[in-house]
Amino acid sequence: MTGKVVTITSGKGGVGKTTTTANLGVALARLGQKVVLIDADIGLRNLDIVLGLENRIVYDLVDVVEGRAKLRTALIKHKSFPDLYLLPAAQTRDKTAVSPQDMIQLCNQLRPEFDFILIDCPAGIERGFRNAVAPADEVLIVTNPEVSAVRDADRIIGLLEAERKGPGRLVLNRIKPDMVRKGEMLAPDDVTDILGIKILGIVPEDENVVPSSNSGIPITLNDNSRAGKAFHNIARRLMGERVPFMSLEESGGFFKRLGRIFSGGGG
Amino acid sequence: MSSFWERLLGRSNLRGTGQQAKDRLQFVLLHDRLNMSPERMEAMKQEILAVISKYVSVDEQKVDIALQRRDSASLLIAEVPFLTTIHKDDDEVDENREQQQAEDEVEAPPPTKKSRRKKASPAEDANEMPEDDA
Repeated sequence: MTGKVVTITSGKGGVGKTTTTANLGVALARLGQKVVLIDADIGLRNLDIVLGLENRIVYDLVDVVEGRAKLRTALIKHKSFPDLYLLPAAQTRDKTAVSPQDMIQLCNQLRPEFDFILIDCPAGIERGFRNAVAPADEVLIVTNPEVSAVRDADRIIGLLEAERKGPGRLVLNRIKPDMVRKGEMLAPDDVTDILGIKILGIVPEDENVVPSSNSGIPITLNDNSRAGKAFHNIARRLMGERVPFMSLEESGGFFKRLGRIFSGGGG
Repeated sequence: MSSFWERLLGRSNLRGTGQQAKDRLQFVLLHDRLNMSPERMEAMKQEILAVISKYVSVDEQKVDIALQRRDSASLLIAEVPFLTTIHKDDDEVDENREQQQAEDEVEAPPPTKKSRRKKASPAEDANEMPEDDA
């Protein structure tokens, strides 16, 4: 197989990159895909703890790049999903320990063995960003419906175009449908209008997200969670399926909504 | 979870701070994308005005040069009012203009109309109510 490298980025920190990466990884694995997640946030390692794998780290990304460990030995297999692996970031080094060329080589080694290689990009637009984006076949831009996050997302889209990795697809995270309805929050349509890129998924604000990262069990495993369902849908769309947007995600007109309600309300 | 009616009606037409967010973002991103900081914009504006001022007198207080987004294109919109709209060499027009100004002065309503109301003559009242003539 020839794995697809998908980098998850945002510009601004705290918008949900790591949560998105972890959940897409789990959702893709549940859909029968062989997946490896790479934490490219060297010095600020987090993907391991969100996935509940923090106690299993022996080697990390920098160990592999500097030749202290073989790639195969550094990969951590997930407890519940034998087809889901993590390559953790180094915690005691910084972003300059790895080069964009190193990342390209690393991904080329992984491509034959995996369906998806997801890279969790650090916040910012410096070296860490360039490392994470260099090997990407596709880039997902995570943002929140807030002015600061949208502005940073626009900057990232500009940089991706300059690196010929653009335009990427958007994941709009933490949307509050009630606030959108009241006109007190940017609607999905507004955000895609402003940024001018295609939207891959809309994740509603969900109070189950914090408990799920507390316990290291990604929210997409919670079938009652709307955010979890949204991540599952995004994973299916990444695999090329056409999945309608959930009713709460919707941003269409009156008749589109009416149609969805009577056809069972999307999903 | 939203109710059936909420889902049916969708977003209300109330435009709150969400619209402000959109407008402000569109403005700031226009400048970000063109790498046009307020200082650069001001420098460009001064240069444009200097060129225009070589040919006509410009009312600099009322000049409005700004970036705008129309459909998906970015535009520079300049509104540059001139100080004199009528060519000075044209005597006939100039005369008309002077006459017009004189008339304006005569017909101009007093700045504090209410306080002067008592002194108003019947003729002035008739001017203010044209329907009486019909």
